Amino acid sequence: MSESEEESTGYATTTSMTATANVAGVRASPVENALFEYVTRLGDDRLILGHRLSEWCGHGPILEEDIALANISLDLVGHAAALLKLAGELEGKGRDEDALAYFRDAVEYRNALLVELPKGDFAYTIIRQFLFDAYSVLLWDALSNCKHEQLAAIAAKCLKEDKYHVRHSSEWVVRLGDGTEESHTRAQNALNDLWRYTGELLSHDAIDDRVAALGVVVDHDGITARWNTMVNDVFSRATLATPTDGAHNQGGRSGRHTEHLGHLLSVMQIVARSHPGASW
Amino acid sequence: MMSRDEVYAVLATVPDPEVPAISVVDLGIIRDVVVTEDNIRVTVTPTYSGCPAMREIEDDIRSALVAAGAPAVAIDTVYAPAWTTDWMTDTAREKLRAYGIAPPGPAEHGGLITLSRRAAPVACPFCGSTKTRLQSEFGSTACKAIHVCQSCRQPFDEFKAI
Repeated sequence: MSESEEESTGYATTTSMTATANVAGVRASPVENALFEYVTRLGDDRLILGHRLSEWCGHGPILEEDIALANISLDLVGHAAALLKLAGELEGKGRDEDALAYFRDAVEYRNALLVELPKGDFAYTIIRQFLFDAYSVLLWDALSNCKHEQLAAIAAKCLKEDKYHVRHSSEWVVRLGDGTEESHTRAQNALNDLWRYTGELLSHDAIDDRVAALGVVVDHDGITARWNTMVNDVFSRATLATPTDGAHNQGGRSGRHTEHLGHLLSVMQIVARSHPGASW
Repeated sequence: MMSRDEVYAVLATVPDPEVPAISVVDLGIIRDVVVTEDNIRVTVTPTYSGCPAMREIEDDIRSALVAAGAPAVAIDTVYAPAWTTDWMTDTAREKLRAYGIAPPGPAEHGGLITLSRRAAPVACPFCGSTKTRLQSEFGSTACKAIHVCQSCRQPFDEFKAI
């Protein structure tokens, strides 16, 4: 990305007015607490992706990468803990971050489908990570200026760490794409497969509109445009062809998941559910 | 009743469990101390969100203050303003270097997202050479990157600027 490119500020008074005005036209959602739902989505994306990355621990292609993926995994799980703690407070029913992480079933999870897909090979993991990281830094940049004080604080914190993540994943995308014939083929195949899930990541719905009315205003079109610029730039340096259509797979935001999430949760939740309340 | 300065003096003896050369005060994570008749309230901010040492740091702070005679200790965690290595004192940086860890450079500010690495070379904490190369931005703990000195051939950690 060009150094001179204008910084996203996340909200402006004009956007804010429009978003507020639109809310009246939005069909009433069955969700009572839009902010709880919104923060849960943010937390679930990071918890599930963090768990997927942790599956590389001890299996990284090289030692440094094993350590890097475990580090990024820890950061994401840390982000999820802060977000789900806030979600629990917003819900006001006494659930903390552990209750939300370990005692919800797949249908209650609100992560985008992209992050729950199996880790695949290293190229698959890296392409997925870059698609997500590029979106995540732009979202945090916007949310760090939002009017919800606690969410803005978490966003500012996460942004600093995610900047390291996106630099790491983008460098690997270039290294794999512009590497050997084998690494290029694997990276391109991963991109072709994963692209279908990017639409859901960038999409917005009635929940986003409702939280906008509460001051959590995000310029979705601006983020999508900047995300496209960033990923196209990196894929072109990586000699990878960006798919042009078909980013249509979705369902995670409303609890309609792939079969993979249930398997992931069974591993992630088994200890907490077998020994509820245990400490060590 | 302990004074605020006495509390800080106790906290200055609590080491970072992962980088014991520096204390939690050196690290810049102690954001506030409030002392009342029956309680000492310490406000801390996390280093990295997923840092597994944070819980241990809280326990260490609590036991050090209790050992020093605190009646009760409460620890609050705040996220804003987000921790930055710019809060580390010069003394702390020198302690890190003497311990074999290159101290952090200035943190990046502003919202720009740069996808290429910063070019400023990191000086080797052992021989001082700036002929070093970055091996990985992720090291043995969340706060460190791995470098290799091309002059003395020594691999070393850098405390990452954030």
